[in-house]
Amino acid sequence: MTVSLDAADVPLHWSPGPIDGPEPHITVRGLYKQFNDTVIYENFDLDIPRGKFVSVFGPNGCGKSTLINLISGLIPLDSGDVRFGGKTLQDTRIGYVFQNYREALFPWMSAFENIVYALLLRKVSRPEAEERVHKLVTHLGVRIDLTLFPYMMSGGQQQLVSIMRALVIEPEVLFLDEPFSALDYEMTLFMREQLQRIFEETGMTMMLVSHDLEEAVYLADYVLLLTRRPGRIAAYPRIDVPRPRNDATLANAEFVRQKAEALEIFQREVRR
Amino acid sequence: MTAKKDKYLPLVGVFGLIAFWYLGYFVRIVDPVLLPPPHAAAKALWQGMMGGKLYSDFLVTVMRTLAAISIAAVIAIPLGIVLGANERLYRAVEFIIDFFRSTPASAMFPLFLVIFGVGDRTKIFVAAFGAALVILFNVAYGVMNARKTRILAAKIMGASNWRIMKDVVLMESLPQTFVGLRNGISLALVIVVVAEMFIGSVNGIGNRVFTAQQMFEMPDMYAAIFAAGALGYGLNIVFLMIEKSFVHWSGK
Repeated sequence: MTVSLDAADVPLHWSPGPIDGPEPHITVRGLYKQFNDTVIYENFDLDIPRGKFVSVFGPNGCGKSTLINLISGLIPLDSGDVRFGGKTLQDTRIGYVFQNYREALFPWMSAFENIVYALLLRKVSRPEAEERVHKLVTHLGVRIDLTLFPYMMSGGQQQLVSIMRALVIEPEVLFLDEPFSALDYEMTLFMREQLQRIFEETGMTMMLVSHDLEEAVYLADYVLLLTRRPGRIAAYPRIDVPRPRNDATLANAEFVRQKAEALEIFQREVRR
Repeated sequence: MTAKKDKYLPLVGVFGLIAFWYLGYFVRIVDPVLLPPPHAAAKALWQGMMGGKLYSDFLVTVMRTLAAISIAAVIAIPLGIVLGANERLYRAVEFIIDFFRSTPASAMFPLFLVIFGVGDRTKIFVAAFGAALVILFNVAYGVMNARKTRILAAKIMGASNWRIMKDVVLMESLPQTFVGLRNGISLALVIVVVAEMFIGSVNGIGNRVFTAQQMFEMPDMYAAIFAAGALGYGLNIVFLMIEKSFVHWSGK
């Protein structure tokens, strides 16, 4: 455990939520998960504040994606309890955006039908579903041809369709697993802006896994920094930079300071 | 410019073969009785297909092949889905499937003859048997290799297991199913033609080739061979076209 004494001496974050955290939306208690013989999470507690954007960041293989997959029910917990404002997962509408949009959208349906399908699964009638998709398109100001099949679209457009598919059911929580990591840099910047706008307009709770610290801090209200496994909360700082954030934010003194601090914690955890 | 010219490149091979054939004919590489000139074979093909005996034999073979592939598809596709969806079940019968898939279907003729007697049924059933195994194998793998992410995506959107199966896994397996159907029909045609040659047959392209050879009507024999070739090639193209419009996303 202790390669460097000063690293080990730094105490871990002691609360399941951010220190000044508002009311929690998601509460994780006593989470335990192992793969084969490797313990990923043991006695793990976490609060995700309501209506905030939380970025998850940590060392490689610490289980960042596993965490949101456990919370969203994509993989089963070994033990523990996850609640959404007191409700179980079954009673909660959630949206999930996969990293690999190419394999997440259905290529046999047009982009439009892909989004409609999410509503049909929720027992919404077809006319109403189509109506709601049109509304969402107008609301987001999306200017792509949704009659196309996904494989005819650029990566960014496909991921935008994925996000719309997740949003159309008006989820209470939106999970995003490294949603932009398969996109080129230009598209990534554009998609970050889109996501930020969606967040500001809907105010829904969002949880984003990122492997890019700058992206994690740029988008977040809170950055959840994880340790190596078994995963613990290393730090959970609030990012006190005004929104909407833009190119100027990257040079903002507070942003730069918080990013540096997060990096320091991250490096401490990598060495620990 | 070159692309336009390249379109006609396949003709080079066709004319090359015809020229080579004429050359062989004129220099008497083999007895002209065994190798008639191309125009004699072409004439026999034309006359045979335009209301001659070859045309009715051609139709009989088409019907048998289509009957075989239909039977094979009706049995193998549902079975392949069930096996593919239960991977342990598939592993349990995998050896049997692979074994009989590797067995030359022609080796099954005597067995099927004993069971179904000499007649259309034996020919169709042996062909269906061979094609079914190919289709089964492909469908099962198509189902098993359905993209995990798509299944998870449907699951997280609240799809029931039944809807995941129907809306996602089934669609995911379609491209592989078509590969199976295409390979299956090629195999079915081979088996039908062989069956028509030997097991108490009175019609079909295989019978036409065989009879013409026995009677030393060589132009007719070549005509029947080309008719069989055109049939195989045509079936493949038809299936490719169906595939392209049906599973437009395949390979994308």
